[in-house]
Amino acid sequence: MPAMNMIQALNSALDNMLERDPNVLIFGEDVGFFGGVFRVTDGLQKKHGLTRCFDAPIAEGGIVGAAIGMGAYGLRPVVEIQFADYIYPAYDQLVSEAARIRYRSAGDFTAPMTIRSPYGGGIFGGNTHSQSVEALFTHVSGLKTVIPSNPYDAKGLLIASIQDDDPVLFLEPKRIYNGPFDGHHEKPVSPWAGHPAAETPADYYTVPLGKAAIAREGKALTVLAYGVMVHVALAAAAETGIDAEVIDLRTLVPVDIEAIEASVRKTGRCVIVHEATRTSGYGAELSALVQENCFYHLEAPIERVTGWDTPYPHAFEWDYFPGPQRVGQAMRRAMEG
Amino acid sequence: MKNSIPLRLHVPEPQTRPGDLPDFTGMDLPAAGVTERPEIDTPALKMRELAYGLIRVLDQDGKAVGPWNPRLDPETLRQGLRAMMLTRAFDDRMYRAQRQGKTSFYMKCTGEEAVACAQALVLSREDMCFPTYRQQGLLITRGYPLTTMMNQIYSNAADPIKGRQLPVMYSSKEFGFFTVSGNLGTQYPQAVGWAMASAYKGDDKIAAAWIGDGATAEGDFHSAMTFASVYRAPVILNIVNNQWAISAFHGIAGGEQTTFAARGVGYGLPALRVDGNDFLAVHAATQWAVDRARANLGATVIELFTYRAAQHSTSDDPARYRPADEQGQWPLGDPVLRLAAHLIGLGEWSNEQHVALADEVVEEVKAAARVSEKIGTLGQSRPETATMFEDVFKEMDWRLIRQKQEAGV
Repeated sequence: MPAMNMIQALNSALDNMLERDPNVLIFGEDVGFFGGVFRVTDGLQKKHGLTRCFDAPIAEGGIVGAAIGMGAYGLRPVVEIQFADYIYPAYDQLVSEAARIRYRSAGDFTAPMTIRSPYGGGIFGGNTHSQSVEALFTHVSGLKTVIPSNPYDAKGLLIASIQDDDPVLFLEPKRIYNGPFDGHHEKPVSPWAGHPAAETPADYYTVPLGKAAIAREGKALTVLAYGVMVHVALAAAAETGIDAEVIDLRTLVPVDIEAIEASVRKTGRCVIVHEATRTSGYGAELSALVQENCFYHLEAPIERVTGWDTPYPHAFEWDYFPGPQRVGQAMRRAMEG
Repeated sequence: MKNSIPLRLHVPEPQTRPGDLPDFTGMDLPAAGVTERPEIDTPALKMRELAYGLIRVLDQDGKAVGPWNPRLDPETLRQGLRAMMLTRAFDDRMYRAQRQGKTSFYMKCTGEEAVACAQALVLSREDMCFPTYRQQGLLITRGYPLTTMMNQIYSNAADPIKGRQLPVMYSSKEFGFFTVSGNLGTQYPQAVGWAMASAYKGDDKIAAAWIGDGATAEGDFHSAMTFASVYRAPVILNIVNNQWAISAFHGIAGGEQTTFAARGVGYGLPALRVDGNDFLAVHAATQWAVDRARANLGATVIELFTYRAAQHSTSDDPARYRPADEQGQWPLGDPVLRLAAHLIGLGEWSNEQHVALADEVVEEVKAAARVSEKIGTLGQSRPETATMFEDVFKEMDWRLIRQKQEAGV
């Protein structure tokens, strides 16, 4: 089985779907001839043709609006928003339109589309190349939100997202495009090669939406994480020696409540980690779900480790990014609580 | 260097306000028949003047003149007249139904009937329309059941969109009528995408979108025009300039110094400006744009110059921002009366037939209303509450299943 980094895995997913379904097409800024600023669509235009993977004007609202129209026609568009920080011009089309069309037309029209977008920090991206926008979309009924944490899942989840008949926001943690990152910025970066999840079949397969994965089994406490934070949580468990169970949620909407309940009922403690700002972040929803569904099993207050309630700063990257030290501290607090 | 005079902020104001006499004397209206009709394959750059002119076919005497005369057979003209009159009768009835408390809300298209009714006769049923809330004439002309429209307005048990949407936000894939959204302008890039999809598949269908003069100020208008131009999408981008966006006159939307059709020129799109109350001109311009799109020559912008004769909606009172009876002074008249006069001039219609038809369409609307109101008006009848949780996703997820249980339905 070939070892792929996340970019190659995503590229392979798109390649598979272009091959498999003539109704799949890809467009976005710089995705055509150039192959994308992160190379995710590299070679796809050359292999599949100009009309299957092409460049779009710099107009996020237009990209998503056009994709909605294509979906209504019967295509299965996969569009790219270059950075999640730039998805806001398309917010109206995503929230008022893509998410609502099936409901408001009673199933007469649907929006079977996928919106891919690199997101997250840890790359000195400053204010507008680092944001984690997931909570703005998990709050929207009618949209699914998916975030992979490794190449194998990235490919399988992207294929499942493209095939899903509902609109899916597919957020790609760009910090781990080339290799896993546990928050130890002082150490040299490692590539995906050699990591078990880099073993990615070249052929078609899916990873189901709505199903979490256990990234590390443990008995002492539960860590709920997704994207880069899965790797940070694993590092924090190793460094604290706490036997944490790390749940990689993979899909935020609809979230795998059974996996969350089973783990927290077993451990009695829960730490939630995400890069996004804290207030009204997705962690608040997770915390509420754990509290509502596992109240009698909880032995300590639920902890949240998140980005601060500030815009994402440039010079203070590592003071902002919730690294293994902060996650480890929260895990210790949860064990003492 | 300092300015020699202080800067001043310009805020456009209409010429007249409540209490003033209506005044359209400043309006530059080319006579019927004078606007040239280029071949459909003429490059956009060579027909820029069309965006500043006005395509008119019916002259003062109701005669069809000039190169845009579509030379329609009398049967088609009578069909168009009937569709417009049925639309008007439907609007009148549903407006009264709202006043009687039978529904929460309604929006008429009075004075603008030629727009949707003429265009629906040109487009095929398989072409997809991306309307605003004021193109009910598309559905009516295409023969969509009036009772079903009323069921939607009453949100009753037979509402095809299950009581989920405000009245007039119809949806019918079967009738090529895209689900109407409350968010203005969003349908414009969607129509372009639909047209791109049709071209991508090598299909023969085209798309048509409508937007009002006010909503052209939305960002989606710009992105739609850009995408339509870039990808030469087979789409017709209609701008219905009815002079008013609720209380704001067209000048607030950017129409004070230029025409709305002229927006198309900047995007490299052919742009026609049409007398929107002239059934024949609307038909001819639309046919030209349809032929162009079907010949793979790309998108066309059409500004339909008309007047919103009715209030914006049942929640609006125009007497608070424009002169009383401004619609009566509108120099382009009434689309129904103008087409009727033309038919009479041809010897293909009479006052007696007209009166009879007016009665006939009222009876048709009444008959539909009897059926719909028997099912129920707002609050008397509605779809099962449990259906509120359906169609959020293709399949209900655990959260919706739990919430449905919690709601006890």
